[in-house]
Amino acid sequence: MPGIPTPRVRHRGLTVRDIALIGMFAALLAVLSMPFAIPVGPVPITLQTLGVMLAPSILGAKRGTLAVLTFLALTLAGLPLLPGGRGGVMPFLGPTGGYLLGWVVGALAIGLLTRFMLPRYRFWIGFGSNVLGGVVVIYLIGVPWSAIALGDGMLATIMSTFAFLPGDLIKAALAAAIAAAVHRAYPIPPAGRPVAANAADSA
Amino acid sequence: MLRLENVTHAYDGRLVLRDISLELGEHRIGLIGANGSGKSTLARTLNGLIVPDSGRVLLDGLDTRTHAREIRRRVGFVFSDAAAQIVMPTVAEDVEVGLRGRGPTREEIDERVRCVLERHGLAGHRDHPAHLLSGGQKQMLALASVLVTEPEILVCDEPTTLLDLRNIKVIEQTLRGLAQQVILLTHHLDTLAGFDRVLVMDAGSIVFDGAPDAAVAYYTELMALSAPTEGEHQS
Amino acid sequence: MSMLGLYVPGDSVLHRLPVGAKLLVLLSAVTAVVAFADLWSALGAALAALLLYPLCGFTFRHVWRVLRPLLPFLAVIALFQALVGDGATAVRVCAQLAMAVLLSGLVTLSTRVSEMLGLFERLARPLRYAGVRPDRVALVLALTIRCLPLAASAWQASREAYVARGLRGRPHLMVVPVIIGLIRSAEAMGEALAARGID
Repeated sequence: MPGIPTPRVRHRGLTVRDIALIGMFAALLAVLSMPFAIPVGPVPITLQTLGVMLAPSILGAKRGTLAVLTFLALTLAGLPLLPGGRGGVMPFLGPTGGYLLGWVVGALAIGLLTRFMLPRYRFWIGFGSNVLGGVVVIYLIGVPWSAIALGDGMLATIMSTFAFLPGDLIKAALAAAIAAAVHRAYPIPPAGRPVAANAADSA
Repeated sequence: MLRLENVTHAYDGRLVLRDISLELGEHRIGLIGANGSGKSTLARTLNGLIVPDSGRVLLDGLDTRTHAREIRRRVGFVFSDAAAQIVMPTVAEDVEVGLRGRGPTREEIDERVRCVLERHGLAGHRDHPAHLLSGGQKQMLALASVLVTEPEILVCDEPTTLLDLRNIKVIEQTLRGLAQQVILLTHHLDTLAGFDRVLVMDAGSIVFDGAPDAAVAYYTELMALSAPTEGEHQS
Repeated sequence: MSMLGLYVPGDSVLHRLPVGAKLLVLLSAVTAVVAFADLWSALGAALAALLLYPLCGFTFRHVWRVLRPLLPFLAVIALFQALVGDGATAVRVCAQLAMAVLLSGLVTLSTRVSEMLGLFERLARPLRYAGVRPDRVALVLALTIRCLPLAASAWQASREAYVARGLRGRPHLMVVPVIIGLIRSAEAMGEALAARGID
């Protein structure tokens, strides 16, 4: 991967430690979807979006997004990792499939927003990032998708507002509180290995 | 042969290795010391998992700073927490992951995995999920996964700390029977009987270097002197 | 976690088709029916998808398992359209959803998890030119499956510790130590991978 030469030290690629962190957070996403699944209305409410917000807030954009992608890949492959033991291609083509795709973009957005405040993670900025990336971005993809699947835009909007929104706002706050505590207690170095400008690429 | 030249390393401003120079040529070498004495850090410098702040670690003249990948293939490493060393879903997959991409063909890989599982009493568990093994079996699997790559030197960082007495004996016996050089970090002092050389570490330095009996006696006295109260000196 | 997942063993034509072909057919069929937006073709497609189940050796139980998560949505659509008063649209949308989910179910039920993961690894190969290492894709997928029991038991253990200490309320305090513990385990696994010469 020939990089653009930059004058300062940057981090590039992924180390095996990053790979392990990605795998662990993808597994955490699966665990968060299991014991707390609360069926409310047509859409199951779980702690899963909490995981989608936590991964990029703690691991950063690159590792966080890859953790979400890894989780979705295993789900798509047929492991029953979604609430209620669902999995396979079905959830992706169902009425809430757009939310699953939205997770990837949302995680990326949260990761990029989080970067600006590090090394010190502040709750309110974190909460704002989670709302923007974990709610607004995800809904921007999820609601139109539902609108097509359910055949009606208004129905899709009502559903997301009443079934998802209250829980998601609480989860955004919860994720920011957890991320702040984790950053304080156990800061994780950035992904990749430090590469000096113009260094030969050996990764 | 492994050689350390003036190795110094610090963590968060605390010196954990102070100017250590050593030649590690003996077949069986023990390394003992209290928690935090620096022995785990020293062990991790031997295969380049940690590159020291200053000084050099050499394997037959190759520096871990520049040849980490090659050195890691020649120096195997076993950790104390078996669960964290198992990186693949099933037993056989975990053993073979270190062989992938190293040249051997599919058949050779299968044959080597079969051999090593048989030798370490795991033949019946080939396709089992690795997380369902018992604690002792997990450590055996960790050992097997390292030995399958046939390293010349094996560094073991307290491989028996989390095990019960019976499994400690099993792992000890396995280590004793190995052809390769073994560098063993341990809190189980009786394991060291019959070793060629035992090093004692304290506060980042080697404070004793000699025969097992003398080293153990030295270490026991050191711990008795430094312990504020009886029975608090070991984990 | 069994690697069997939702796969149901069998030897129908569908079981033997390569997974890439199945996904391609699935996506084109769903896109076509949704884009066409016609009541009768949607109903026909849903019925055809349903009839494929017995033909491929699946039973009513499988159909039920695939369709059940969809039922609340179908109910909501019916209710909503009853208020708005457009019955034809309601039936068409329900048929489209049922068709999409039934066809996806056929793909998932007839495809091994490992086969699907193999497809992802092949699809990742061209990403080599963008700096992605395809062997890393396989590694992270396997590593995640390995981490599932680890994460589940850490969660369980922490919940027990939380209850044992008689703590109540503020459950997020329970989550922080779990996550730090998982990060530590992941770092130890990374170190073990590096020690085995995988980097």
